[in-house]
Amino acid sequence: MQKMPQWADVVLIPLISLLLAAILSGLVILAIGEDPINALKIMVEGSMGSKYAWGYTLYYATNFIFTGLAVAVAFHARMFNIGGEGQATLGGLGVALCCLYLPWPHWSLALLGAIIASAAFGALWALIPAYLQAKRGSHIVITTIMFNFIAAALLNYMLVSVLKPAGSMEPATPKFPDTTHLPNFSEMLAPLGIEFSRGAPANVSFLVALVACVFVWALIWRTRLGYEIRAFGHSESAAKYAGISPTKIILVSMTISGALAGMMALNNVMGEAERLVLNATEGAGFIGIAVALMGRSHPFGILLAALLFGVLYQGGAILSQDTTIPVQLVLVIQALVILFTGALDNMVRVPLEKLFLAINKGRKTAPKAAE
Amino acid sequence: MDFLTLLQLLDATIRLATPLLLACLAGLFSERAGIFDIGLEGKMLAAAFTAAAVASLTGSVWVGFLAGIFASLLLSALHGLASITFRGNQLISGVAINFLASGLTVLIAQSLFAQGGRTPSLSGDARFNPIQWPGALARMREIMQAGPFQQFYSELISGHTIIVYLAVLTVPASWWLLYRTRFGLRLRAVGENPAAVDTAGISVVGLRFAAVGICGVLCGIAGAYLSTGLQAGFVKDMTAGRGYIALAALIFAKWRPWYALYACLLFGFLQAIALRGDVIESVLGFRIQVQLLDVLPYILTVIILAGFVGKAIPPRAGGEPYVKER
Repeated sequence: MQKMPQWADVVLIPLISLLLAAILSGLVILAIGEDPINALKIMVEGSMGSKYAWGYTLYYATNFIFTGLAVAVAFHARMFNIGGEGQATLGGLGVALCCLYLPWPHWSLALLGAIIASAAFGALWALIPAYLQAKRGSHIVITTIMFNFIAAALLNYMLVSVLKPAGSMEPATPKFPDTTHLPNFSEMLAPLGIEFSRGAPANVSFLVALVACVFVWALIWRTRLGYEIRAFGHSESAAKYAGISPTKIILVSMTISGALAGMMALNNVMGEAERLVLNATEGAGFIGIAVALMGRSHPFGILLAALLFGVLYQGGAILSQDTTIPVQLVLVIQALVILFTGALDNMVRVPLEKLFLAINKGRKTAPKAAE
Repeated sequence: MDFLTLLQLLDATIRLATPLLLACLAGLFSERAGIFDIGLEGKMLAAAFTAAAVASLTGSVWVGFLAGIFASLLLSALHGLASITFRGNQLISGVAINFLASGLTVLIAQSLFAQGGRTPSLSGDARFNPIQWPGALARMREIMQAGPFQQFYSELISGHTIIVYLAVLTVPASWWLLYRTRFGLRLRAVGENPAAVDTAGISVVGLRFAAVGICGVLCGIAGAYLSTGLQAGFVKDMTAGRGYIALAALIFAKWRPWYALYACLLFGFLQAIALRGDVIESVLGFRIQVQLLDVLPYILTVIILAGFVGKAIPPRAGGEPYVKER
């Protein structure tokens, strides 16, 4: 028997968790001597108050859609991919090599090439831990954490010793050629006669992210492979009994997960910075965890959660400019969201389930009493 | 490389291995009881900040030390609440704790001291100072002229803070507690087969909370050492991945106390030589990329975990919340 209606599971629980996180964040702001209502106003104004603000919010959201989808695909196979950060780092390396060393005639071709390169590099970085999990039994969480550090060191080495232009002190690649410049929102919307802020970094890769959402939805709920991934996630033994190969599911789901995380580089490396710098991912790989948890591993939920985190990141940046609240407030909110929607899920769920059971019981017994 | 340089390298190894060792043993207690803890990093960070902040405000390192342990225990309680009481996902809870510590420490530091997320520099009684053993030489010039045994004694044995000696003692203490007491037997059993422990009429929840509590205390000491012993004050994200290296050392040690000591000394040594590029070059005759030294612990752990060099088998009930049969 279902303990509570589906809408409660999908909408009510995330909302309550979010509310709890918001209340606690408000208390934190209050505790450091600032006004939470005022902070909220500044954050909303700074992230949604103008086209320029939206340009940043959507730019951040694009990153989080990719990393959120990456975590979600792995979640469906009941695997926890903490390695999104490392996979996105490698994706950035793929994009940089692709943009710097191949002559692209037009940005559209460069985008296609970069999609393949970033996905391949990200997938490779997820495939090794997946192989070790499937074949050697090493825990995917530990290996992907280790691979995050290895990726950071690899990027450091590549930038300092290989890709840095001669004579430059900064560990970064040269700027990518102009033909690989992705149109940003203002360039995309100009032919339609819509004006958009020129300085904002949101770019065409937002559309790629939306396509990725549709792709993941179709993959998970409309294909045989998606069915197998979900079956494996629900019960490994039942999936095995049904003839589904655990090795295949682990490898395939982690490859897709890594590819999605890697594709984040389209946005931050190719779309925004147009060169590769140290720590280009800025923790977006980890935010994917919060986004996937809040979005209940569904692409539509992830889209909404990514937008929310986009608002938080842009709002938090503006907040640190306008007040004395440091940008790390966003980390605290992120932690609380992960805590309430992930680890403390039962704290919200169990009382709610009891409540719904009590309501249902009341409904069933009420007519009898009338007779 | 002369003898004294080697001693200096080993001296740095001991200092850098100390926080790793304490955090590693912290993880050992938790994971042996079946509670995965990837929040070691966050707990150390919270303790490092609290210890430095309180030591700076009160002027007493011991008050700071206790406050640091308290902060770490609070996060442990949160981890216990999420993973034991509410049977949530232990890994997700650990991730959340790491972010919480990383964000809150800077937020509070900024609001208390307004120095860009750091505490003021500690000096005098506000930090742990080296203990000079009787007969040990303190001045570098005297040590350089002394004989090899005196050099060994003065440089390596003497002149560490009290936490370093405490950390070394924690190893036999942990071994004794885990392998020679009833509590230790039960703790290990609850990580392998909680149902059996439950059947024997012993509280699974109680044991696991005890283990998580010990983990909090040890992480607290490790963090307090970072900011008040190894360095003089807290800076943003000062743990710099040490919690994860400790986790790696724990796997490397296959969840055993004495091996944890060796693993942490190895990883501490890697950190120490990473700081001394000149020494590597003079010994090997060529340069090793610093980045390679930095990631060697992680690469070694992946190899060990993959079972290419001996198999690392975690406690069997690790990561799974215990549900009593109804």
